[in-house]
Amino acid sequence: MASKTNRRNKSNHVAGLQKEATGISGFDEITGGGLPAGRPTLICGSAGAGKTLFALEFLVRGASQFNEPGVFISFEETGDELATNVASLGFDLKQLIADKKLIVDYVFIERSEIEETGEYDLEGLFLRLGYAVDQIGAKRVVLDTLEALFSALPNEAIIRAELRRLFRWLKEKGVTALITCERGEGTLTRYGLEEYVADCVILLDNRVQNQISTRRLRIIKYRGTSHGTNEYPFFIDENGFSVLPITSIGLTHKAPTQRISTGNARLDNMLDGDGFYRGSSILVSGTAGTGKSTIAAHFVNAACQRGERALVFAFEESQDQIIRNMRSIGIDLEPCVKRGLLRFQNARPSNFGLEVHLALIHKAVCEFNPSVVVVDPITNFVTIGNEQETKAMLTRLIDLLKTRQITSVFTSLTGSASDVEDSEVGVSSLMDTWILVKNVESNGERNRGLYILKARGIAHSNQVREFRLTDHGMELIDTYVGSDGVVMGSARAVQAAREAAAVVQREEARQRKQRELQRRQELFEAQVIALRSQYESERDLLLKELEEDEKRESVVASQRNEMARLRRADIALDVEENGARKARKGTAR
Amino acid sequence: MKTTPKRTRPAKNGHAPQADGNNSHRWNLRLYVAGQTPRSITAFQNLKKICEEYLQGQYHIEVVDLMENPTLARGDQILAIPTLVRKLPQPIRKIIGDLSNTERVLVGLDIQSR
Repeated sequence: MASKTNRRNKSNHVAGLQKEATGISGFDEITGGGLPAGRPTLICGSAGAGKTLFALEFLVRGASQFNEPGVFISFEETGDELATNVASLGFDLKQLIADKKLIVDYVFIERSEIEETGEYDLEGLFLRLGYAVDQIGAKRVVLDTLEALFSALPNEAIIRAELRRLFRWLKEKGVTALITCERGEGTLTRYGLEEYVADCVILLDNRVQNQISTRRLRIIKYRGTSHGTNEYPFFIDENGFSVLPITSIGLTHKAPTQRISTGNARLDNMLDGDGFYRGSSILVSGTAGTGKSTIAAHFVNAACQRGERALVFAFEESQDQIIRNMRSIGIDLEPCVKRGLLRFQNARPSNFGLEVHLALIHKAVCEFNPSVVVVDPITNFVTIGNEQETKAMLTRLIDLLKTRQITSVFTSLTGSASDVEDSEVGVSSLMDTWILVKNVESNGERNRGLYILKARGIAHSNQVREFRLTDHGMELIDTYVGSDGVVMGSARAVQAAREAAAVVQREEARQRKQRELQRRQELFEAQVIALRSQYESERDLLLKELEEDEKRESVVASQRNEMARLRRADIALDVEENGARKARKGTAR
Repeated sequence: MKTTPKRTRPAKNGHAPQADGNNSHRWNLRLYVAGQTPRSITAFQNLKKICEEYLQGQYHIEVVDLMENPTLARGDQILAIPTLVRKLPQPIRKIIGDLSNTERVLVGLDIQSR
């Protein structure tokens, strides 16, 4: 099997360094294959950093997964102690020892028992090690902690010379060796062992920040190969050592075109009618009490109704509390839990460091294999790490979920004072869809407004909707957009009433005008009639006068003719004629 | 453990009768070596000399060659070669090195107080 490992490595690195897979999750990814095969590697760190565990897991995985027997030379703990210590990690050392896949040799040296006189060497150690290696054909060797020699033996010059010989000897033997070292003040190792082991140096660190410790691993040196140079967080749980390499996950996840409902028809409509993309990441942010968790609950409920599995990471409420609270708005999550479709994982953020949280989420996701995940809320992570760390952690979390095509909803609590959009700059770029829920305070009341700030790849609505929580779930209502701006809540009702009143008023005014018009028309018509009758009467009169005038004219004419006839006779005729004219005038009047 | 030691060094044969004497149990010494290296031969010769001088007739030397029996290194927690182990009298004492400093060997074996 050892040759199989070598063959596999050969195919990857034709002329390069051969590597030996450790089997430690994540570690082989950041080193591009594991530890340098057939060479010694130094692993240093302060007390409690996890050196011994790393080394032991290297052997146990080698023996159980790669069929490479290993020898553990312990200077600190007896075989029984080691076996007990790692039993909680599921490593059965005794069985491996019985199967001749592992030898644990406890080297006890007590300075007070030893008197030194004259020259000596450490051939005894070599012989013990060599014998153990030969006995089971070991490919892997761990020396934990070699530095015990320095405190046990007085002559440092001899130890150094012997260590140099030991490392040469290990290389000649072709075993992959792991040597643990205590970290020194300002140096990697207390006794400067790094000068002997120059091929690969790994540093383990356990840093406490805000009273929460986070373990980190860094490869300081790895001769002859490229390797990740970052500090990689790692953790130790019941499955052993796990390194979490952020760079091991690329931006290569598939993007499904399938859409899934948000759990609310109106919200689906706002997202072009179909809801979220499967496998996308959704951020629901808003100030306190705006209903972020409710939106998440709707989403979870919808997923369970479709028969999909949902996993909720709640960092503020217990499972019972969430179920009770959601029941008050008509969402009953309990049957989903009973059907095994819904699982809650509740923990206070301060219980663990960020990395452990990530790891726990990772583990739960791998175990439960959900199709939707809710993290409620992500803001609390900032309390245990800074924004940068939180973002790094969320990036990895989102990458993880996306590669598994899990749709994820993250809620985020924003401060009411600051601009909501600014406060999410850190994580919003990681999110595909961003729903913002906002408290709008006016006229002595608070109302919730909901809008979609972004939705990658979805023609989403740009409208603000009023968001109400009712006993049958959340409700989205069109806001009232009038001359006074957007109004919600009771102001919306008031505005609606006001506008209804205005309609009535306008109707009345219209009717009034109509009546006025009619009245005018009637008046006009009456006047027309009156004028006409006056005109007609005047016209008749004038016509009559005209007729008489004509009659008189004809009489005058006839009289003149008579006159003329008479004048030819004498003057008396003329007088007679004048008298006759006067008489006619009197009759005409 | 007692069956495996190598006792065939010629230098020791001359004192075998003394080792079987009355006081032979008083000093039970075991010298761990790894092959017949000059250093282990020196160590044995030094030990021999000291024993003859200070413990005549009361000692028993066992030479263990770890090259032949590497498993024995575990029993007495041997790292350094050569190592002299005082099995008796109790408690166990260990002296490492080629035993060239007689003073320190005597102190180490508790033959001479410091």
